[in-house]
Amino acid sequence: MMAQLNTYETVKSENVIFWFKAAPVARFPKNGGACIKYKDKQIAVFNFTREGTWYACQNLCPHKMEMVLSRGMIGEENMEPKVACPLHKNNFSLKTGNHLNGDLDSIATYPVKIEDDFVYVGFSE
Amino acid sequence: MKTIIVIGNGMVGYKFCEKFIAQADGAKYKLVVFGEEPRVAYDRVHLSEFFEDGDAERLSLAPRNWYTENGIDLYTSELVSEIQKDKKTITTSKGTTMVYDQLVIATGSVPFVPPIRGVEKNGVFVYRTIEDLEETLAYAKTIKGGKAAILGGGLLGLEAAKAVMDMGLEPHVIEFAPKLMPRQLDTRSSKVLQVKLESMGIHIHLSKATNQILGNGKITGMEFGEDDMLEVDMLVISAGIRPRDELGKSSGLLMGTRGGIIVNNKMQTSDPDILAIGEVALYNQMIYGLVAPGYEMAQVAVDQILGKTDSLMAAEIDMSTKLKLIGVDVASFGTPFMPSDRGHSIIFENKTESLYKRINVSHDGKKLLGGILVGDADDYNMLLQMYQNEMPLPENPEALIIGGRNEGGSSFGSVMDLPDTAVVCSCEAVTKGAICCSVLEDGNESLKAVAKATKAATGCGGCKPMVNDLITESLKSLGKTVKIQICEHFDYSRQELFDIVKLRGIQDFDELIDTVGKGHGCEICKPAVAAIFASIYNETANKQETIQDTNDRYLANIQRNGTYSVVPRVAGGEITPKQLMAMGRIAQKYDLYTKITGGQRIDMFGAKLHELPLIWEELILEGFETGQAYGKSLRTVKSCVGSTWCRYGMDESVSFAIEIEHRYKGIRSPHKFKGGVSGCIRECAEARGKDFGFIAVEGGWNVYVGGNGGANPKHAELLAEKVDKESAINYVDRFIMYYIKTAMPLQRTAAWLDKLEGGITYLQNVVINDSLGIVDELDAEMQALVDSYKCEWKEAVETPEIRERYTHFVNSEESDDSIEFVSLRDQKMPKEWA
Repeated sequence: MMAQLNTYETVKSENVIFWFKAAPVARFPKNGGACIKYKDKQIAVFNFTREGTWYACQNLCPHKMEMVLSRGMIGEENMEPKVACPLHKNNFSLKTGNHLNGDLDSIATYPVKIEDDFVYVGFSE
Repeated sequence: MKTIIVIGNGMVGYKFCEKFIAQADGAKYKLVVFGEEPRVAYDRVHLSEFFEDGDAERLSLAPRNWYTENGIDLYTSELVSEIQKDKKTITTSKGTTMVYDQLVIATGSVPFVPPIRGVEKNGVFVYRTIEDLEETLAYAKTIKGGKAAILGGGLLGLEAAKAVMDMGLEPHVIEFAPKLMPRQLDTRSSKVLQVKLESMGIHIHLSKATNQILGNGKITGMEFGEDDMLEVDMLVISAGIRPRDELGKSSGLLMGTRGGIIVNNKMQTSDPDILAIGEVALYNQMIYGLVAPGYEMAQVAVDQILGKTDSLMAAEIDMSTKLKLIGVDVASFGTPFMPSDRGHSIIFENKTESLYKRINVSHDGKKLLGGILVGDADDYNMLLQMYQNEMPLPENPEALIIGGRNEGGSSFGSVMDLPDTAVVCSCEAVTKGAICCSVLEDGNESLKAVAKATKAATGCGGCKPMVNDLITESLKSLGKTVKIQICEHFDYSRQELFDIVKLRGIQDFDELIDTVGKGHGCEICKPAVAAIFASIYNETANKQETIQDTNDRYLANIQRNGTYSVVPRVAGGEITPKQLMAMGRIAQKYDLYTKITGGQRIDMFGAKLHELPLIWEELILEGFETGQAYGKSLRTVKSCVGSTWCRYGMDESVSFAIEIEHRYKGIRSPHKFKGGVSGCIRECAEARGKDFGFIAVEGGWNVYVGGNGGANPKHAELLAEKVDKESAINYVDRFIMYYIKTAMPLQRTAAWLDKLEGGITYLQNVVINDSLGIVDELDAEMQALVDSYKCEWKEAVETPEIRERYTHFVNSEESDDSIEFVSLRDQKMPKEWA
C-alpha cells in the first residue's frame, strides 16, 4: 500500500514535460471534482468555478489509502483552497497538498491547463 | 544560547514545550525533546476514543511539523538511557550524547503490574499507550465473544472495561477494595455506579485478591481463593501507576522510598539544574496521576527556567475531577469523604435513576467543603467554583443538589457572580477574569476565538459549558446578542440562514454566499445549506450535487473501501416474498453483501460507483424506491407486528408505521431522524428510542418525541397522551417542522429538545396550544413537503446528465481496480486497511 503512495509526486508547472489531454471541461461539475486515469495513476481534478481556477491532486487519501478524494467537497479556509476527504473529512490544501487539520503526509498536486474546452493535466514523465 | 532538554514526549512534556515557546525568547534557548514512543505526544485522557474510530492521529496534541515550526528538535523512538549530571550530559539508547544547561524529566509513569503468579502469560495486557491498545485489540479478535477481565476498578480500569466491551468481549472488573473508584467515591455512590454499570453489561467483582493467573501458556482464568475462580480469555491490568524514575535512580537523584523523583515547589530535584514534572515527580510525598496538576508543574518549571523564581507550585493540590465514564457522569471535588468533626453531609440518592449527589458543608453551614456526583454532574463546575472561591452558600444548601437547573431557577445565581480570580479552566489555569476580558476587551465573541486566545476549554473540555455561559453573559453586558454561526463563511446561525433563504427566495448556494456570506464555502456550510434548500423547496440532492456530502451526492452510503451500499425503502419493515426474491436476485447478480439493518430493512454493500444506477434501475422496475439511508432525512419507521397478528396488540402498528413512513419519506432535516410505532406498552418497536414514536394505549395513542439510540441513548419524552391518530400525526408534523427550522446543523432531535429553553412543556405549548401562533404555517409547510415527494433515484436513472456522474473515471470506461474484497462467511467484505 505504501508503494502505492509513492507513485504520486508533486509536479510543478515549470517541470511539466507532458500535458495529458484528460477530458472535456463539461465532464467536471462546477465547484466539484472528477477522477481521471493516466497510466496507472488516478488523479482528482477540481473545477473551482467560484475561484475561476482548476486544481489536480492524487485521488488517493493518505489516511486510509482509498481512492476517493475526487468525490470530496471543495471549499476554502482563510482563502486557502482545499478538498475534504469524503471518508473522514481530512482537509488537504489544493495548492500545496498539505494536510490542514492534522499530521498526515501531504498529497501530490499537479498543474492543470484548459485549451479548446479540454482539460490537460501536467506530468513530468 | 542555552540548551533545555526535555526527556519524555507525553502530555505533560508536550505542555512544557507549548508553554515554553510561548514565553521564551527563541534566540536565547534551544529546546530538544526525546520521546521513547514512535508517535508524537497524544491525548491519553481520551484514549478509549481510539476504539471508536481507530484514528490515532485525532488524539495527537500537535502535528510533528509543529515542533519543527517552533524550532524544537524532536527525537521520537529514542530513549534517554543515562544522565551524567556532573558533566551535564545525557546519552540515548542510540548512542547520541548531548550537553544540557537545564534538564526536564517528564518520563511519566508505567502501569503497575502486580507480582501475581502467571502474569507473563499470553493474553495479559496493560492499558496505557496506543500500542498497548493495538496489541489488546489484535488479541481480542482471536477470542471473539469471549470474556475479558480488568484488574482494577479505578478510573482507568473502568475506561478499560468500556474499551473491552467495544471490542465485543464480556467485561469483568476485578477490584481488591470493597468498592469501585475507591479514591474518588464513597461506598454509597460507588454502589450506585456499580448498579448502573451492571445494567449495561459490565460484571463487577469486588473484594477480590488475585492469587494466580491460570492457563497453559495463555490465560484461561483467574484464581482468587480456594474454589473461587473466574474463567476469562483475556486480562487487562489497570492496577495503578508507578513513576518511570529509572533515570533518577541511576543518576543519583534523591528518590522517594516507594519511587518517584523528589521535587520541591520549584519542580527542582536534588540537582537544581534537573527538574521533574508530571507523574514521575514526587511532590508532597505524592504522585499526582491527573493531567491538571501535571500541567501546573509544567508551568512552574517553565517559569523557573526563565527566571520567574516566585512562580511556585501550590502547597495543596486540588484533586477535583469530573469525567464521563461509559456514558455515566462521575465527579468528585474538594474533600469528598469528610470526617464528621469538620462538617455535615447532605446526600441525595435515587438508585432507579442511577443518581447520587453528596455535598459536604461546614458546621456553620456557610462553606462548601467538597462532594461527589454520580449520574448527573451538570452542576459540577458551579459547585467546584463555590468550593474553590469559598463563596457563601444559599440558606438551604440542599437546593444545590435537589431542585437545581431543571426547575428553571438556579440556586447558583449567575456565572457572573464568580470572582474574577475564579479558575474556570483548571487544565490551562484560565480565570473567569481572563475569559471575560478576552470577550470584553479583545473582541473575541465565540468559543473558538476565546479558546484560541486564552486556551480555555482546550484541555479536557469539561469547562466548555461554563466558558460558553461566560461568553454569552459578557456579550449580553455589551448589549450584543449571541450568535452561533455555522462556520467562517456565514455570520449566521442555521435558523437565521433558513429564514434568509425562505424570505428572500434564494435559489442556490452561490446566490446565498454572494448575498450574505463570504469566501467560497466549506464542507461544513455547504451540506448545511443544502439541507435548508431541501427543507424549503423539497429539491432533491441531484439539483446542487456539489454542495452535498458524498453520500447525498451519489445517493448512497460510502463504505470503507470507497464502494457504496444500497438500501431500498421497506416501509414499516413490511415486505412481500416477491419483493424479497427480487432483492435477492439483484444482490446476487451484482455480488453484494447483504445484511438486515436495525431499521427493519435490507442493506446491500459493496456496489461500485458505476453499478449504482444499474442496480437502482432494476430495483425501481421491481417497484422499490430509495430508502434515503444516506440522507440527513427520515430513515425508517420501525414497527412491531401489531394487533393484526399479535394477541396483545391494542392497535394496528404496522399500518400506522407504513402510513407515517410514506408521509415523511424524502424530507431532509438538520440530521437524520427515525420513528417507531408500537402496538402496546410492551414497546417491541422501541418507539421511545426514536426521534418520534407512537405507542397504542387504551383509548388512543401516546406520542413521544426527542429520543435516540447511538452514542448517548435517550428515551423520547411524552408530548401528548391518548390522542386519536389524526391529532398524533398533526402534533408530530409540527414538531418535525419546528425542529427543521430551528435546530443547529447535525443536531438530532434529542439534543435540540435538551437545549430548547422550557423543554417539553414549551414544545407542547408551541405544537399543541399554539403559543407562538405558528401552527398554521408549520402545517402548511409540512403538507407542501409531503405533497412534493419524488424518488430521487428514479430521477437519477431517468436523467442522462445525472446518470453520467456515476463513473469512476471521466476519461475511461474502466472501473477502479484498487478496490479489493476478501470473503467472509459465504459473502464478501472489504480488504482490511493496511
